[in-house]
Amino acid sequence: MTTLSHYLLLSALIFAVGMAGALTRRNAILVLVGIELMLNAANLNLIAFWRYGPHPEALTGVMFAVFSITVAAAEAAVGLGLILALHRHMQTTDLDKVTGMKG
Amino acid sequence: MTIGFLILAIVTMAGVVAAMSMRHLIHCVLALTLGFAGLAMLYLQLEAQFVGLTQLLVYVGGVAILAVFAIMTTHSSEPVARPGTSYWLGGCVVATAVFILLAHAIEKSGVGARTMPAAPVGGVKEIGVALMSGYILPLEIVGLLLTAALVGAVVVATGEGSGKR
Amino acid sequence: MSEIVRNLWLIPALPMLAAGVCALLKRGRRRLSAGLAIGAMAGALGLSVAALVEAMRAGGAAETFNFVWLQFGTEWLKLGWVLNPLTAVMLVMVSFVGLLIFIYSVGYMETDENFGRFFCFLALFAGAMLGVVISNSLLLLFMCWELVGLTSYLLIGFWFEKPSAAAAAKKAFIVTRIGDLGFFLGMMWLYAGSGTLLFYDHGAGCLEHTALARLVAQAGVLGLPAAGIIAILIFCGAAGKSGQVPLHVWLPDAMEGPTPVSALIHAATMVAAGVFLMARIYPLLAASAANLGSAAALGSAASVEPTPALMVVTWVGAITAVFAAVIAVGQYDIKRILAYSTVSQLGYMMMGIGVGGAAVGMFHLITHAFFKALLFLGAGSVIHGCGGEQDIRKMGGLRKLMPVTFAAYTAGMLALCGLPLVVSGFWSKDAILHAASEWSVSHVPFYLGTIGALLTAFYMTRQMAYVFAGTLRLPEGEAQHGHGGHHAGVHESPAVMTVPLVILAVFAVGLGFIGTPAWPWFQSFLNGGQASFELKALAGEGMLAVMATSSVIVLAGLGLGWMIYGRRGIASAEAPDAVGAKMPAVFATLGAAFYVDALYAATVVRLNNFAARMSARLDRWVFGGAVRTVTGTVSGLAHLDRFTDETLVNGGFDEGCESVTLGGLILSLLQGGRVQNYMRGIGTALVVLAALMMWGAR
Repeated sequence: MTTLSHYLLLSALIFAVGMAGALTRRNAILVLVGIELMLNAANLNLIAFWRYGPHPEALTGVMFAVFSITVAAAEAAVGLGLILALHRHMQTTDLDKVTGMKG
Repeated sequence: MTIGFLILAIVTMAGVVAAMSMRHLIHCVLALTLGFAGLAMLYLQLEAQFVGLTQLLVYVGGVAILAVFAIMTTHSSEPVARPGTSYWLGGCVVATAVFILLAHAIEKSGVGARTMPAAPVGGVKEIGVALMSGYILPLEIVGLLLTAALVGAVVVATGEGSGKR
Repeated sequence: MSEIVRNLWLIPALPMLAAGVCALLKRGRRRLSAGLAIGAMAGALGLSVAALVEAMRAGGAAETFNFVWLQFGTEWLKLGWVLNPLTAVMLVMVSFVGLLIFIYSVGYMETDENFGRFFCFLALFAGAMLGVVISNSLLLLFMCWELVGLTSYLLIGFWFEKPSAAAAAKKAFIVTRIGDLGFFLGMMWLYAGSGTLLFYDHGAGCLEHTALARLVAQAGVLGLPAAGIIAILIFCGAAGKSGQVPLHVWLPDAMEGPTPVSALIHAATMVAAGVFLMARIYPLLAASAANLGSAAALGSAASVEPTPALMVVTWVGAITAVFAAVIAVGQYDIKRILAYSTVSQLGYMMMGIGVGGAAVGMFHLITHAFFKALLFLGAGSVIHGCGGEQDIRKMGGLRKLMPVTFAAYTAGMLALCGLPLVVSGFWSKDAILHAASEWSVSHVPFYLGTIGALLTAFYMTRQMAYVFAGTLRLPEGEAQHGHGGHHAGVHESPAVMTVPLVILAVFAVGLGFIGTPAWPWFQSFLNGGQASFELKALAGEGMLAVMATSSVIVLAGLGLGWMIYGRRGIASAEAPDAVGAKMPAVFATLGAAFYVDALYAATVVRLNNFAARMSARLDRWVFGGAVRTVTGTVSGLAHLDRFTDETLVNGGFDEGCESVTLGGLILSLLQGGRVQNYMRGIGTALVVLAALMMWGAR
């Protein structure tokens, strides 16, 4: 019997891995991927809570998740556009080399 | 936990971990696709069919492909010598800390004791009705958002060139 | 009060106004400046004649116009002007002689580029002199007196580029100032003693009976009453201005000025101001208990008992008369001879006032003004004709080359010598000698006067022989000076210069007849009485004896001079003087004016220079040191302040700013520019906050 806590634990795991990747990988695209993973983990959280929650017929969780996916997709598109622009200026996507904002 | 959940969990985790640790970026994205697919299965298992299929459509069919396009355009398809940044250990530590925190919070709260209620009637028809009645405003806003994101992404990605011309 | 008396102030005001306008004119406006000055003088002359008419009508009373001027405390200083016979005759003389000399100057100063400045100063002088004459207050008189001294300085030093002229001007001013110190002291004592400085104030003036009685009663110093001491102190001022011994040294040097200046100021008017002052304050001079008892004011000699002040005046005058006449014998400069002659005649005038009263002295002053001005203008004509030459040894034979000048000069010379009966100088000098012969104190002044008359005739004949007789000894080329070379040789002066000479000659001869004993119009006019024509007065009171004596003396002097100089002639310009050849040591002493100047230079001048040096040292080291100390202190404080400001304040402030910048720099190190670092930071913060929330909520 999978309980809610299993799903939540899995979601936390995906979130942590996504965060680790976002914080450690050098390529900007992979950072974005890590962020997508974190968003997905949050979506999983939402659906899990919806299913195990008191009023699943209200479809609140589903709605939330749908909109979350939509926004995440838009954000991914814009982010990748930004990376393309970054590549055009710096000729690299290596975040170690992008230190123009250094104080 | 059921077997199905366990298998799906393992598959998803494998994809996610691989996505974050491979040297070839293309391999990373492919592993990511696997991870997305696993998540879609989990949604289906949770009887959120619409979300799961939407996940497949948007994430696997959109975001992952977009990432591939980005990798191709930025010529990042070569394998990298050192996948991590200069301070990769700190990031791992933070991520670990976050997981420990979340795990602790999950265990501490008593959500494991919840029983699964009856299966909801979450068909497309119900979702469509809800979108057009209760959630009309977010729908419109999201539409606007998508338009802006579309235009913005194009402008940002090709910006300087079209401006000069 | 008649109109003329009310407007008497116009007489000095017109020339002063002309001077003011002249001062503002530009350099080239020669005709305008000369015209203004001459016009103003003519106006003053017209008004003076009107004043004379009014004075004759008033018959000897003093008409005054007084006004208050200055208040200090509860006292008021009053000023004013007075019209009495003394004022009237002096006004007419000054304005008439002044007018003639102004016209003469147009010709004499023609080639000078400072033409306008000359007339400005001349007009200012004329205004000041007329102010001295009309003044009713001793203070106003003193103010105009000083102004006269100032203009004398300006005019003596007119050609100030010449060092000798500048030095002469300074000498004149300083020597007269020494006399003026006595004047000022006397004035202050007079004010303290009598409470007023007005001469005539309807009975309250200081020359009127009440004040004089008070002054006689007050005690002065040396056993003299206050009146006597005041009179002697004021006489010091007159002695300086009129060149009495020992303050005579400036007058010969004052010949450095242009000849019209010498004629106007140092012959006719300014030097006469001292004599005029004595005549003005004669009541004060003659104030004694005995004299005040009788009703004499400007009384004739017989009714006035000699006071100590009058005696001082007489003796100084007599000594001066002879002293200067002796020096004149040994001079070679044409103007210097005349200058010493002026000093001598001023001595005569003072003697006249002392022995005979104001009328006697004033008569000689008036006649002297005319013939001395004539002599100076003639000398100027001679100098002009000889191209600037002033040494008589280099002249000669001018009677044929400058006949009009010669004729006028002869008239003046004879008037000065006092040729019997014909000329004015005879009658005026005779009046003085007559009064001196009857002086109750001593007959020595009379003898000194006669010796002086002999010497006067002698040195004037000597001068005439050198200048006009014989043949021209002027070196070639000297006569061309001053005319640009287009006139060759010595020639007569232009009409603008000779016409005034002729007019003055007429007066030099004819003026005497208003003062003869037969018809003493002048004396009685001044004394306020009526004169009648009585020929037998000539024979009365020893008059005839004095006339005979003086005639013999004059003719003897003329003859002596003719024999020594005229008959033998002057051989050449380098030949020694006839008297000098016989008595070289004596002659040299005369030439150096008895070494008086040298004596003064060795004593007074050296003392003064020493005092000046000491003062300079005091100023530079003591006062200057004090000032430097103060400035040094302030400067040091300023430096200290700046140091404090720069290092402490600025430094502290700058340090503060530096540390802020440093802090900013350090903090900016947080911005590594790497996005993932920022994200790590956010993650860490999230963990920490969440942990805190969870553990805190427990």
